[in-house]
Amino acid sequence: MSEKHNIIQVWFFVGVLLLVYGFLIFASGLAEWSHPPNTVLAGLHAPVWWGGLLFVLGLIYCIKFSPNRKA
Amino acid sequence: MIAMMASTAPTTLVHLSAVDLGIIAFYFALVLGIGFYLKRFANTGEDFFLAGREMTAWVAGLAFVSANLGSLELLGWAGSAYQYGILAAHWYWIGAIPAMVFLGIVMMPFYYISKTHSVPGYLQLRYGSATSALSAVTFAIMTILMSGVNMYAMAVVMKVVLGWNINFSIWVSSLTVGIYVAAGGLFSAIFNEVLQFFLIWFGALLIPILGLIETGGWKGMVARIQQNFPGQDYTHAWSTLGRFQDNPMGMHWTGIVFGLGAVQAMGYWTTDFLVVQRVLSAKDIRSAKMAPIIGSFFKMAVPLIVILPGLLGLAVLPMHLVPASSLQPGQYSYNEVLPLMLARYCGPGLLGLGITALVAGFMAGMAGNVSAFATVWTYDIYRPFLRKTAPDQHYVSMGRWCTLIGLIVSIGTAYLAMGFASIMDYVQALFGFFIAPLFGTVLLGMLWKRVSRAAGFLGLLSGTLSSVGMFTLMKLDHRWVSVFALSPKAQGLAQDMYQALWSCVTCVVVTVLVTLVTKPRPDEELRGLVYSLTEVAHEEHTNFLQRPLFWGIVALAALLVLQIIFW
Repeated sequence: MSEKHNIIQVWFFVGVLLLVYGFLIFASGLAEWSHPPNTVLAGLHAPVWWGGLLFVLGLIYCIKFSPNRKA
Repeated sequence: MIAMMASTAPTTLVHLSAVDLGIIAFYFALVLGIGFYLKRFANTGEDFFLAGREMTAWVAGLAFVSANLGSLELLGWAGSAYQYGILAAHWYWIGAIPAMVFLGIVMMPFYYISKTHSVPGYLQLRYGSATSALSAVTFAIMTILMSGVNMYAMAVVMKVVLGWNINFSIWVSSLTVGIYVAAGGLFSAIFNEVLQFFLIWFGALLIPILGLIETGGWKGMVARIQQNFPGQDYTHAWSTLGRFQDNPMGMHWTGIVFGLGAVQAMGYWTTDFLVVQRVLSAKDIRSAKMAPIIGSFFKMAVPLIVILPGLLGLAVLPMHLVPASSLQPGQYSYNEVLPLMLARYCGPGLLGLGITALVAGFMAGMAGNVSAFATVWTYDIYRPFLRKTAPDQHYVSMGRWCTLIGLIVSIGTAYLAMGFASIMDYVQALFGFFIAPLFGTVLLGMLWKRVSRAAGFLGLLSGTLSSVGMFTLMKLDHRWVSVFALSPKAQGLAQDMYQALWSCVTCVVVTVLVTLVTKPRPDEELRGLVYSLTEVAHEEHTNFLQRPLFWGIVALAALLVLQIIFW
C-alpha cells in the first residue's frame, strides 16, 4: 500500500482477523455439533461452514499479503 | 471486567459465551495493536491528517463506505426497513450511488488538484475565510455532537442486547477509538475502517442467508409478510410512491428523487468531510476518482445486510415491533430488529462475531467523526485564526490532542443525550441543516467562475438559516408540514427531504442573485478551483477498464436494474 512508508498492507491484518475468527467459530461449531444451540436452523451447523469459510479466506489473505512475501 | 460488563440488566436479548467474549476481546486488542503499530508512520501533517496521501483506490473506497457504515446505520436502517419496508433502501440506492459517482467523476478532481486538507479548506481557497469559517465551525460542532449521540446510542444497544453497563460501554469504546486515532491519525482510522468493513459483512451476512433459507426465498418472505401484515406493501420500492398516503413513510416520489437523490445525498456524499476525507487520502487522482466509485458498488449491496434483515423480521419474528417512543415492558422497538434476528439464528461464536460487527460499526463511525473533527479544527479553525505559522510538528500534536479532547467532549454529549431522549432526532436533523446548502455553495463554486466571495457566503448562510427556520416552524405547528413537505401526511424522513430541497434552492437562488450584483474574482485566482479554469487530466489513452467514467456508468446501470427489479 505504501511505497513511502513501507507499511504492512491492511489486507494482511484483515487476513489475521478472519483466520482467528474462522478458527474460533469453526471450533465452537464442532464442539456443539452433537448438542446444537437453541436457535432456528441450528441443524444446518452454520458455525462449521461459516467458520471454515472465514478461516480459508483468512489463510489466503495472510499468505498473499504476508509482510515477508516479496512483491 | 466481565462482571462490570454484565452489571445488573434484568433481561437481555442474548447471552454471550466464553468464545463470544474471546472474539470481542481479540477485536479490541487488534485495533489497538494496529493503532500503536501505525503511530511510527504518522509524523507529518500529511501523514496524520491525510494518511500520507498514499492509499490505493480500494483501501480509500472501502474506508469511504465504512466511515458511513458505522454509527446508527446498521441498527437504524434495519429498524427503518421493518417500519417502512423496502422504501428504506432508497437511502442506499438513489440516495447514494448517483452522488458517489458524481463525486468521483466531477468533484474529486477539484478537491484533489487544489491539494486541500478538507472541504472547508476548499471553501477557503474558493470563497475566502468567512465562508470557510462558517462551514468549519458548524461542521466541528455537529461532528462532535453526532459522535456523542452515536456513542450513547451504542451504549443503549449494548445494555438492551447484552445487559452491559452504559458507562462501561461508553468509556471502553471511546477510549479505544481515542487511543488508536490519536496514535496513528487517519492511517489508523482508515486501516481499522477497512477491517471493520470485512467484520460487518461477515458478521451480518449470515442473517439474510439463513433468513431466506427459513422463508423459502424472496417469494416465501413476501408471502409471509403479507400474511403477517395484510393490506400493506413493504416490498415495492417505487410503485407506492405515487401518493403520500399510499406508503407508510408518507413520501412522494418527488421527495425521493429531488429531496433525497438530488440534494440530500449529493450534499452528504460530496461535501461531508467525514466521508470526503477518506477519498482525499488516495495516492493519485485516478485512485481518488475510482475510490468513491468502488465504494458505490459496495454501498449498493449494503441493503443485503441491513434492509433485508428488517424485511425478514417482518416475515419471521413472532412479535410485532413498535416505535421506541411507545415501548411497553416486554415489547421490542424497531431498532432492535437486527439483534433479534441475530439471536434467532446465531449461537456461540457466530453471536460474538455479530456483536463484534455491531461494535465495529459504532467504532468506525466514532473514529470517522473524531478524525474529521481533528483535521477541520487544526487546519480550518486553529491554523487560520489562532496560530498561523507554526512548525508542521506542532499541528500534528494539535491533531493528536484534539482527537482526545474531541472524544472527551463527545462523552459529555453522550451523557447529555442520556438526559434528553429526543435530542438524538434533533441532532440528526441539525446535521442535515448544513449539508444541503453546503452542496449548493460548493457545486456553484466549482462549476461557475462568476460566483463571488460575498455570494458564496450569503448563499450558504441563507440556505442554512432557511433550513433551521423550516425545521422550527414544522416542529412548532404541524400546519407548516403541508406547506414545506407538500402534504400533512409527510412523516419525519419525508419532511427532512423537502427541508433539504428548499434550503438548497434558497442557497442557489441567493448565491446567483448576489453574484449578479457583485464583482467576480480574477481568473488567475481561480485556477485549479473552477471547472472552466482547471486542466483535468484526460484518460483517452487508458484502457477503458481502468477508466473511472466507465465504472461510474456501470454503477449507474446496476442501480437502474435494481430499481426495475424492486419497482
